[in-house]
Amino acid sequence: MTQVLENVVNAWQEFRGGKWKKEIDVRDFILKNITVYSGDESFLADATNATNVLWKQVMELTKQERENGGVLDMDTKIVSTITSHEPGYLNKGLEKIVGFQTDRPFKRSMQPFGGIRIAEQSCESYGFKVDEEISRIFWDWRKTHNQGVFDVYNEEMKAARKSGVITGLPDAYGRGRIIGDYRRVALYGVDRLIEEKKNDLQLTSKTMSDDVIRLREELSEQIRSLMELKQMAAAHGFDISKPATNAREAFQWLYFAYLAAIKEQNGAAMSLGRTSTFLDIYIERDLQNGALTEEEAQELVDHFVMKLRLVKFARTPDYNELFSGDPTWVTESIGGIALDGRPLVTKNSFRFLHTLDNLGPAPEPNLTVLWSPKLPEGFKNYCAKMSIKTSAIQYENDEIMRPEFGDDYGIACCVSAMRIGKQMQFFGARANLAKALLYAINGGKDEKSKAQVGPEFAPITSEVLDYNEVMRKFDMTMEWLAELYINTLNVIHYMHDKYSYERVEMALHDTEIIRTMATGIAGLSVVVDSLSAIKYAKVTPIRDENGIAVDFEIEGDFPKYGNNDDRVDSIAVELVEYFMKKLRKYKTYRNSVHTMSILTITSNVVYGNKTGNTPDGRRAGEPFAPGANPMHGRDEKGALASLLSVAKLPYEQALDGISNTFSIIPKALGKEEETQIKNLAALLDGYTEKEGHHLNINVFNRDTLMDAMEHPEKYPQLTIRVSGYAVNFIKLTREQQIDVVNRTMHASM
Amino acid sequence: MKGHIHSIETCGTVDGPGIRYIVFTQGCLLRCQYCHNADTWEIGKGKSMTVEEIIDDLQSYIPFIEASRGGITVSGGEPLLQLDFLIALLKKCKKIGVHTAIDTSGGCYTNEPVIQAKLDQLMEYTDLVLLDLKHIDPKRHQKLTGKPNEHILQFARYLSDKKKPVWIRHVLVPGITDEEEDLRHLRAFIDTLKNVEKVEVLPYHQLGVYKWEQLGHKYPLKGVQPPAAETIAFANQILVKN
Repeated sequence: MTQVLENVVNAWQEFRGGKWKKEIDVRDFILKNITVYSGDESFLADATNATNVLWKQVMELTKQERENGGVLDMDTKIVSTITSHEPGYLNKGLEKIVGFQTDRPFKRSMQPFGGIRIAEQSCESYGFKVDEEISRIFWDWRKTHNQGVFDVYNEEMKAARKSGVITGLPDAYGRGRIIGDYRRVALYGVDRLIEEKKNDLQLTSKTMSDDVIRLREELSEQIRSLMELKQMAAAHGFDISKPATNAREAFQWLYFAYLAAIKEQNGAAMSLGRTSTFLDIYIERDLQNGALTEEEAQELVDHFVMKLRLVKFARTPDYNELFSGDPTWVTESIGGIALDGRPLVTKNSFRFLHTLDNLGPAPEPNLTVLWSPKLPEGFKNYCAKMSIKTSAIQYENDEIMRPEFGDDYGIACCVSAMRIGKQMQFFGARANLAKALLYAINGGKDEKSKAQVGPEFAPITSEVLDYNEVMRKFDMTMEWLAELYINTLNVIHYMHDKYSYERVEMALHDTEIIRTMATGIAGLSVVVDSLSAIKYAKVTPIRDENGIAVDFEIEGDFPKYGNNDDRVDSIAVELVEYFMKKLRKYKTYRNSVHTMSILTITSNVVYGNKTGNTPDGRRAGEPFAPGANPMHGRDEKGALASLLSVAKLPYEQALDGISNTFSIIPKALGKEEETQIKNLAALLDGYTEKEGHHLNINVFNRDTLMDAMEHPEKYPQLTIRVSGYAVNFIKLTREQQIDVVNRTMHASM
Repeated sequence: MKGHIHSIETCGTVDGPGIRYIVFTQGCLLRCQYCHNADTWEIGKGKSMTVEEIIDDLQSYIPFIEASRGGITVSGGEPLLQLDFLIALLKKCKKIGVHTAIDTSGGCYTNEPVIQAKLDQLMEYTDLVLLDLKHIDPKRHQKLTGKPNEHILQFARYLSDKKKPVWIRHVLVPGITDEEEDLRHLRAFIDTLKNVEKVEVLPYHQLGVYKWEQLGHKYPLKGVQPPAAETIAFANQILVKN
């Protein structure tokens, strides 16, 4: 016992104490110990030789992977768990941070608990085959999440899923979007965390209701996962039962915790949280003690980020088509302002962004700056500079998130804010409101399959569409959709908890947490422009032999979303408020709080594919605009007008995030680099002040993209921001590449 | 007070400092061979907008304008063709604290007393003039733009006498406006002015050609390529100095 205390005392030496010593409270630790940095980037160090050698190896393996059709190696025999694999290394002598998901880098693990069919398909589409015994175990003996969901789905849910009016549901893959507080492992060591969880287990109610039984089982699983986490670290030669004693250990402990999560969950988004400023405290202490140099500090960051770039999952080509490339959403949230007004910017905030120079640009980790006009100028300018250089950063409005989530939240996936270690979400993909509008016009019949998907109310039969009549029917359709949608999500998350519980991620949460039911909508701009056309122009449906409106004739002009025109922007605002209000009426699993995002990931292409001609003039199959973006080619007043339309959407009604992807050519930001930097930072300040939520910033010329389409080999690291995350451009399908090239690229000169 | 407006661009970054709200007015007297806004030539066309409408719209962009230390730039077309409107608009802008710039070729300058009085009034509300000097040689100016340049140079002197901050801009067209002698003459003229804050060389580009085609005009500079990097550097060396 004395030994234990002594270790803890050593680990925490020189840290300013506080509440965090008595209870698990990483936020308090950060606020007590942060060294705010308000200077510029001139202190940053270049990549070390070791970094360059390792990265060269990674690029070589990446090339092999690409030549091999997208996957280099897959495990087909071992079901991945925290302790399933022997340690793997890229180059053991050089790596400052160690650990891979399997025993070799670039070898993807097998995770069948979400669904055995998907696991098999992921292997087969890349020429691998799941071991027969494993297949048999999961088909015959061990039920999966996917099977559980389909045991319960009713016919209506299946029909809605098939038609794509509700789509992208995590019913066959891991839901993700849960951020473990991986920092806790570094700060407290695993033993302390186990002790706390054991305490919580003892304190549960003695009345064995469903809730208590579930909680006790979950806590036991959490404790078990923490023990396995220690074992996994021990196999690499580290004892993480105690707190980290220096910077390198802090990075390593934290990474092990994250690694345990990605070994067990192939979640759509496996985000990291808000780690850079936390880690800076360890670096600062070592720098002060002379135990570390700036070069060595940067090397730790570079090697850690390198590991995050190498997170890989076995996924099917379908999945990759939906999400573009091979995203993992290792989102790291950087910056922001503390509740006491201090910026949470440290030198490590710079070091993380500097990896884009030292390792070159990349889509992962998904670097997310929590923006506020109050951030130090030096940091703002550096962010803008790196955005212009790499197009690899996204920005989210700290000023509107802080009041909702405090000052220790992180972004999961693209735009979903949550209090770290205190909040999780049930990821709910999205409802296709553009299709729902067509259902309203067509009496619940699908415009493509002609099947009766929605409720069979009378279709609109008038020659010209009447705004009030359309709204009345649309209201009925949304009511039906909202109920069906929430019920479908309830089924999914019940089963995910049951068959594919995120035990180690939840072990790194408080036991009492807030859960949200994160719904989403797709096709916002299509619906809004359609309604505007119906209201302000004359829209005549063209009906097929079944009486289904398959096309629309538009006479006259109408205001379009994206021009800062209240006549149409108000329709968008009302739609968001309206659908959210409907969703709130329906009871959610585990009494989770209803939220909504306006985010399509890149599935705007797939959703567009599944949706017929729309009354705004969009042709069947044409992609929707991504997220909350206006439809491309419809803005007439330039970039800021487009931003302002989106900024009007009420964040408090869409607390799971409002995604906006902004592309601009470098020259449209100004002539000289210095002007471009200033203007981009100002643009972010302005958008933040107008209460816009999220902005992906792309700065490039269309020519670059065209050339990359023809010569992918020349652009192995060309990164672009899509809807809330970044992708490697050359990994997109041709169709997605064309969609990106066609999008509005603000080019006013 | 109404103006004839061609269009609004909310995110201008190359016509004055910071992020600019740009009002492109409709109508111009010059017919520059390289014009990239040929659709703004015809006088009296465009959309009719009141000063209030523009100010209302402008106000929603003030956070961007303030953060970037930008402002409003009235461009064209030729803004000076709608002097009364311009005075009313910029007066209102100054009232709400927005930096004002006019992007003009000075092509309609005269020293008639009525016009002079109005210009004097306009200058009270103008923080910066972006003045295009298209060619220093009168004959070649006539050929390039359809008008002589004498009154334009007079306008430059007028601004100099008023000590109104000016950015001189010169579009560099290979074979037409890039002769060394002309550039040196132009610089010599600029040296006589007391109010020049900046000289900008704008390399000719072909992005506006489609507008000529849409309007059914023959594009006079067909086949002329944008200047090479060395040509731009050379022109900068002569014109921009420090």
